[in-house]
Amino acid sequence: MQEITQALHLFQKNKSNMVTYILIKFILVLFVFLLALTVAAYSTYGERKVSALMQDRIGPDRAGPYGLLQPLADGIKMFTKEELIPTNSSKYLFVLGPSIAMLTALMAGVVIPWAGPIEAFGQQLTFQVSDINIGILYIFSVVSIGVYGIMIGGWASNNKYSLLGALRASSQMISYEIAMGLAIVALVMKSGTLSLGEIVTQQQGDWINVVYQPLGFLIFLICAFAETNRAPFDLPECETELIGGYHTEYSSMKLGLFLFAEYINMFVSSAVISALYFGGYNLPFQAALGLEGPWLAVLQFGFFFLKIVFFIFLFMWVRWTIPRFRYDQLLHLGWKILLPLAILNIIITGLVMWANGSLA
Amino acid sequence: MVTEMMFYFLSFVAILSAIMMISTKNPVHSILYLIVTFFAIAGHYFLLNAQFLGMVHIIVYAGAIMVLFLYVIMMLNLNEDAEPVKSKYQKISATVSGGIFMLVLVASLRSAEVSLEKTRNTDIGLVNQLGKVLFNDYLLPFELSSILLLSAMIGAVFLSKK
Repeated sequence: MQEITQALHLFQKNKSNMVTYILIKFILVLFVFLLALTVAAYSTYGERKVSALMQDRIGPDRAGPYGLLQPLADGIKMFTKEELIPTNSSKYLFVLGPSIAMLTALMAGVVIPWAGPIEAFGQQLTFQVSDINIGILYIFSVVSIGVYGIMIGGWASNNKYSLLGALRASSQMISYEIAMGLAIVALVMKSGTLSLGEIVTQQQGDWINVVYQPLGFLIFLICAFAETNRAPFDLPECETELIGGYHTEYSSMKLGLFLFAEYINMFVSSAVISALYFGGYNLPFQAALGLEGPWLAVLQFGFFFLKIVFFIFLFMWVRWTIPRFRYDQLLHLGWKILLPLAILNIIITGLVMWANGSLA
Repeated sequence: MVTEMMFYFLSFVAILSAIMMISTKNPVHSILYLIVTFFAIAGHYFLLNAQFLGMVHIIVYAGAIMVLFLYVIMMLNLNEDAEPVKSKYQKISATVSGGIFMLVLVASLRSAEVSLEKTRNTDIGLVNQLGKVLFNDYLLPFELSSILLLSAMIGAVFLSKK
């Protein structure tokens, strides 16, 4: 909405300004889209290499140098596999499931600030598709509707294992969403804003948020693992009990979309964690570097990207280290440990702010 | 111009999916149409510049309550054949009472003042304005309702510990 109003506002002033505005936003969207896809593709390669590292194997090394063309080979394989739709499934919902999973995974990247603003083409360029003033809530809503892809896909397959996977996914999502939301509440209390762009700017030349919110960060990280269905929380697809869980009946690229959506979710949640708690694109000693303009933006993006890669690696590291939870342990952790801890975190944050006198 | 077109489009989607939600036989399809309705209504909030309300509407209704509904329906495995058979008298009485309710709604909306233009350009729906109003003018009801929700949550955790 804001972007449309802004474009119309520019249109009234100057026609060519509006064209550049729309063009820049379009290029930015395309860039984020391609970045998410590339990172997701190479995450599959990274995952196999990391697991190989953990288990003292070599991992994929046949396709290209160091197996670097493996994602391409996997993609071609996915597209050329035979496509099966079970006879007793609901056809439309069966196709809708993976589409929603992919769509919601890609949507969250909109509010992430990729680099600091620069001056170019006669206007201020922000490397953030949209800085809505409720950015955190937007991410939260996208996460909360992301479960529909899994639920619809699992139900439409008309298979009891898929259904069980879908049920597990929904109860897990709802349980961990609450602790996640309460962890963010403490961060919002500290920052005083819901806009992602502003939270990142606040961390400029200051301590990063994780220093003020260590417990909140830990809760958020655990909940991010649960929301992306990654091990040790991958019960919806738990292959030892449920074959493949919600994607048991899927084949070809529809399966690919489900798996791909998981990696994009991982990428986006890594970006959100780095932006919220680790200073986003801010460089350490940024003022002392004396850089400005496009080069600074490039450097900032590079540093942000490094943080994201680190968190993606953390996701994989944990997956190949910690065994899967049992279902009751999962709900126990969510409701009886993380939720009280998150409320405690809010109380502590409030008390510290009160003692500091930052409560007006 | 753009907002007007979006208003009609969203209203069309909301009403159509609401009708589909009632008329479809399959409970899971019903829920999915209801989710579409909620999204259309959230779109109306965005048109009125009430971004916070719209987002919270999506998070709470489409993201949490409907997931629970879907969860229960999937767990009970309700299908078209599981629909209970209702007698003819029940159907007639339901139609009559529904019609009376519609009459009341139409009658009350006819006399209502259309104030869409007035509310469109205010900033009251933005999160900092809303926070100021909630914590200054309506502090007591706000805190009371939050305590109500908190006690429900604590109660649920406590019950599960038994």
